Amino acid sequence: MADEHKVENSETAAELNRRQFFARLGLGSLGIAAAGTAAFAFQYLQPNVLYEPSPIVNQGKPDRYPLDSVTLDVGAGIYIIHSAEGFFSLSAVCTHLGCLTAWKQELGIIACPCHGSKFSAHAGDGRKPGDKVEGPAPRPLPWKRIWLNDDGDLLVDRSTDVQPLARDSFVRI
Amino acid sequence: MAKTADQYFDDLRETRLWRSIFRSGTGSSTLKRALAIQQNVFLHLFSTKVRTRMLGVSATWYLGTLTLGTFFILVGTGIPLMLYYHPSVPQAYQDTKDLQFVVSSGVFLRNLHRWSAHAMVFLVFAHMFKVFYRGAYRAPREFNWVIGVVLLLITLLLSYTGYLLPWDQLAYWAITVGSNIASAVPLAGQKIHFLLLGGNSVNANALLRFYVLHCMILPLTAIFFIAIHFWRIRKDGGLYAHSSEPAVLRSRSLGNDKGGAIHG
Repeated sequence: MADEHKVENSETAAELNRRQFFARLGLGSLGIAAAGTAAFAFQYLQPNVLYEPSPIVNQGKPDRYPLDSVTLDVGAGIYIIHSAEGFFSLSAVCTHLGCLTAWKQELGIIACPCHGSKFSAHAGDGRKPGDKVEGPAPRPLPWKRIWLNDDGDLLVDRSTDVQPLARDSFVRI
Repeated sequence: MAKTADQYFDDLRETRLWRSIFRSGTGSSTLKRALAIQQNVFLHLFSTKVRTRMLGVSATWYLGTLTLGTFFILVGTGIPLMLYYHPSVPQAYQDTKDLQFVVSSGVFLRNLHRWSAHAMVFLVFAHMFKVFYRGAYRAPREFNWVIGVVLLLITLLLSYTGYLLPWDQLAYWAITVGSNIASAVPLAGQKIHFLLLGGNSVNANALLRFYVLHCMILPLTAIFFIAIHFWRIRKDGGLYAHSSEPAVLRSRSLGNDKGGAIHG
């Protein structure tokens, strides 16, 4: 009984073999072509070269920034802050949904106009510069790498976050 | 005896040219009128017969038809707007200003496009509320409700992509915020953000991608689903009427058998 069943099966397989083989070959080729097209389409949609501004921006001579000042560079989207410990840079892009924040001199606070997040610019009340004071922002404003070049200009790398309050995160003159 | 306008029209409909285009021919028999619908490439999506009552205002408030009307206005105003608008960073804002202040009838077309877009979003929601509260989404119309939800999403995406094109402060920050919301998707969020903008920030690539989405991909997708949406109305038994629900019919006949009325 079992043998008979087996023979029947192999007979069916043999009978359909050629037709099935070509059908599967065709469908398989189409499947491979479709998968390849999907993969190439996915790659095509991702630009390999971006004509975006450089993440490193020149912020000029340190003496432009008086002690205890908070200066926003609107184009670069960063703050240069001159504190007693030295110069450091905070991102000005709100960590909530990417709006540009603004320094409110009269309130002594960094505020986002879109959804009301507020951040501290100076240390105090147990907060580091960049920490959230209130609002929906999920993270503090990140600190950005800052250094002096050979010409004595302050450079900031917007693509590199650094540890808040760490020694290397300041430029001291 | 002088011919009436109707008779002239009937003569026209008997000409060889007319008959070569409209095969169903003249005559007002039920068959001829059904054929006129069934043999038209656009109208054949719809039912060949509709109850007169279902064509009244109270049946649907014409909300779906009005939504289609705003879609036609948007296509009809959007194409002429494309003739003066360049989707590039130096030109987009200036072109929008030109449409507003320099181009003849430009401000009319732009405002008609804008108001129709607002009206379409409103009408889509009104249509969905009407369908929902009448219970017209129930079997056998569940799938057409799903198609409707897809059309709602396409409508919202059309509004969203069109929002960036004037390239002003409102557009820039709205798309910055909106694309950051997209990046909140678990795992794939950053990738979606990158693919949507064609880069890391709202810039030239983002403007071009939103333009292509707004003028080509989304309208064509919308037309595809609108066609299915209308065809499904016929396939699912025509426009929804509460009185022809099987349950209502059953309860009525039951009520009649027992000699009492059951109101459902």
